[in-house]
Amino acid sequence: MNILHAIFVDPFAQMISAPDLLVQTVWEGFVGGVLYSLIALGFVLIYKASGVFNFAQGIMMVFAALTLVGLHEKGAPAWIALALTVAIMYALAVGVERVVLRPLVNQPDIILLMATFGLTYFLIGFGELVFGGNPKAMITEQLFLPSGAIDLSILGGKVTLQKLDIAAAAIALVMVAGLGLFFQKTRIGRALRAVADDHQAALSVGISLNQIWVVVWFAAGVVALATGIMWGARSDVSFALQVVALKALPVLILGGLTSIPGAIVGGLIIGIGEKLGEFYWGPLLGGGIERWLAYFIALAFLLFRPQGLFGERIIERI
Amino acid sequence: MFYREAGQFKTSYAADMAIFPIRQDRIGLAVILAIAFVAIPLTGDQFLLNTMMIPFLILSLAGIGLNILTGYTGLLSLGSAGFMGVGAYACYKLQTYFPQVNILVWIVVSGLASSAVGVLFGLPSLRIKGFYLVVATLAAQFFLEWAFARVPWLYNYNDSGAIEVSNQTLFGVYVTGPNATPATRYLVVLTIVTALTWIASNIVHGRIGRMWMAVRDMDIAAELIGIRLLRAKLTAFAVSSFYIGVAGALMVFLWFGSAEPEAFDINLSFQLLFIIIIGGLGSIVGAFFGAVIIHLLPIGLRALPALLHINVPGAMVEHLTYMITGALIIGVLIVEPHGLAKLWQTMKQKLRVWPFPY
Amino acid sequence: MSDTAPEILLSLEHVSLAFGGVRAISDVSFDIRKGEIRAIIGPNGAGKTSMLNVINGFYHPQLGVITFGGRARSRMRPHEAAAQGIARTFQNVALFKGMTTLDNIMTGRSLRMNRGLFWQALRHGPALVEEIRHREFCEEIIDFLEIEAIRKTPVGALPYGLQKRVELGRALAMEPKLLLLDEPMAGMNREEKEDMSRFIVEANRRLGATIALIEHDIGVVMDLSDRVVVLEYGRKIADDVPEVVKADEKVIAAYLGVAH
Repeated sequence: MNILHAIFVDPFAQMISAPDLLVQTVWEGFVGGVLYSLIALGFVLIYKASGVFNFAQGIMMVFAALTLVGLHEKGAPAWIALALTVAIMYALAVGVERVVLRPLVNQPDIILLMATFGLTYFLIGFGELVFGGNPKAMITEQLFLPSGAIDLSILGGKVTLQKLDIAAAAIALVMVAGLGLFFQKTRIGRALRAVADDHQAALSVGISLNQIWVVVWFAAGVVALATGIMWGARSDVSFALQVVALKALPVLILGGLTSIPGAIVGGLIIGIGEKLGEFYWGPLLGGGIERWLAYFIALAFLLFRPQGLFGERIIERI
Repeated sequence: MFYREAGQFKTSYAADMAIFPIRQDRIGLAVILAIAFVAIPLTGDQFLLNTMMIPFLILSLAGIGLNILTGYTGLLSLGSAGFMGVGAYACYKLQTYFPQVNILVWIVVSGLASSAVGVLFGLPSLRIKGFYLVVATLAAQFFLEWAFARVPWLYNYNDSGAIEVSNQTLFGVYVTGPNATPATRYLVVLTIVTALTWIASNIVHGRIGRMWMAVRDMDIAAELIGIRLLRAKLTAFAVSSFYIGVAGALMVFLWFGSAEPEAFDINLSFQLLFIIIIGGLGSIVGAFFGAVIIHLLPIGLRALPALLHINVPGAMVEHLTYMITGALIIGVLIVEPHGLAKLWQTMKQKLRVWPFPY
Repeated sequence: MSDTAPEILLSLEHVSLAFGGVRAISDVSFDIRKGEIRAIIGPNGAGKTSMLNVINGFYHPQLGVITFGGRARSRMRPHEAAAQGIARTFQNVALFKGMTTLDNIMTGRSLRMNRGLFWQALRHGPALVEEIRHREFCEEIIDFLEIEAIRKTPVGALPYGLQKRVELGRALAMEPKLLLLDEPMAGMNREEKEDMSRFIVEANRRLGATIALIEHDIGVVMDLSDRVVVLEYGRKIADDVPEVVKADEKVIAAYLGVAH
């Protein structure tokens, strides 16, 4: 009886009794969710265009952030460093396409997925070799990202919003909207969707697969850089971030692997869901349930809707 | 000309279906077993046994387990480290509650605990496939990692959060704990691994192995033949997790001698996956090949600079290990997706007709 | 020909199947008699493969009754259809590419092999005895289909025509009451077609399998089948012995198009 009470009644009572804390928690979850969406977005881009699930997206995010900070440390002014990093991500995209993807183009998906595992390990090793394993601070000031916080007195209490978080959310939403429009309205965007649907058909209307894939991987690299900057600004850049990127997987499950709006919705559900879960139910289990709660939320959804909320239902025709 | 089968005619189906039909293979196997059981314990030094042979055997066993799930049945899993942990902690708890029963019994029984957890986390596999299933195994992995650290009952409420292995004996000889000699531990591990390898080989060569491979190759067609998909997949999870669980118990009790929860993190899951990718998906012997490479790589890299008289900082060796492992995975998948086992088979084929080209 | 009424093995009554807005099968009724070779023909998109999928249990029709072996079946899953004695081959060969010919055919015996995990772990003993017994049965089929030379070859390495033969072998290994063949001759040359026809007829006569086959080659259909069903756009437009169907105007129009 006590346990039932603790699970089903107490947390909600807590929420009601301290609504400012609730709002604070939801806000934190919202920000986290937005950032998860950004990471998920990188996965969606690549999967949408090439059918490859690029497990290395997480490490690419860290790599991009480290490159930016590293270049700045070496003396490059912030915006030069940014431009250089973008160029390096482009080179990385081309390299990955040529060395990893092209030789494996006819293999089943599971092989490609495993190849991206290998790519992840390679980039972790390479990144640590070049940049060292110590956490570094993101160059937020130099990039004109705001700092400081806004305090709101609402609901009988106080809610603190970090300006950086607000900026991150805004930038992320702009990126997502921009990419969504890009896919829908532009010629290249249409070509990307064609490639996602059917490689052979796209080839037959003259779309160059290799070009498309480079564009896509580059776009994913830019998204990775933006995400890396945001995450790094909130909590130092280090390789531990790579594991955080794994959280994007439950987001992808919820949102579907091919849907950009799905990435947002999925990200928000996971972000807010896990924060609420950790804050109000976590103590019951000894804390730290954030590490796996997202996955269980995604699993629960999967069991009822195997293709996610927005994903396409695959009808297997025989 | 050494490897000719000329004159070795099979006169019964039983002979044809033997797992090592060629006489030279059987002789080779006997030689390997003789070296393993006799030569190595007598001549091997502590370093060899502790840092090379014991880990190699245990990783191979875990590799066989993962291969059953991923290589034979086609269910990619990133949760294998968690299941190794289940085996280890189950063994620890069983020994705590029933110290009078021999530890080796518990090592094998702990596989059953791991098996049960494996089946539980395998239940979603009926509804979800491929990439989604990978995420389900990640759920298992992160949950188990958390449990090992946050459920104090598992580590008997001790302050350090780690488990220590005590001295246990078999027939009066110390097999686990600080008193056990490397040679004894090695022989115990070798015996268990040999027996379980034999069993795994039997299973995959029979009806159940074919059932798993059918599910992997085309599950729609497998259903048509009358195979019940859920039962096939759950059997795969059960057997696979058993092997992985026993490997986990062996790892803690006969290799490390202790365990912290971090021992079963996702990095270990990736290591096991890399073992079977490099060694060969869908191959029992491949697990051994892969374990050699994955385990020896960092050791070799550490020894190399000294041999070449170059000074390489220790951290760099770790970075290089990651890079080379990653590159190796990509390379293997491009050149020979079926791994070293396939290369070995191809080599044997060439050897059969040597010195002729074909 | 005997005078007793032919025994009906499978009957479909008023079966309709739709995917979303697409009607694959509309109100189709026909039956298959025990021991006969029944051809299902029609132009592309007529719903022939969907028909087999319905019989198999892959698709569940929204309307209609299917009766097999005298018992009406509700929503049957493919493995239940297999247990009832329905086997099937596919247009795009559905073999297990990672296994050898022999292993593929042995999988056809799955329903009849039941030595459990414990015995499999030991292999020597009851499991091996069972394995050998079923191996002998599969070897009969291998002899019958004349594929002894490729029994240890991975099927992925076989040419298309041989793959189709192996697939037939796997279906035969199930000792089916009803064998559904989806374009068994597709992509074969004349010799291969003659061989395949021989195997199909032998399977029907010697092994007693009732056969329903989809086939485009009219010559084959005429030679092999006892009765023919013709589908067009999901509807049945003819159902009779081959000679009658061949001369049916509606059938000719369906294949050649109606002159405007």
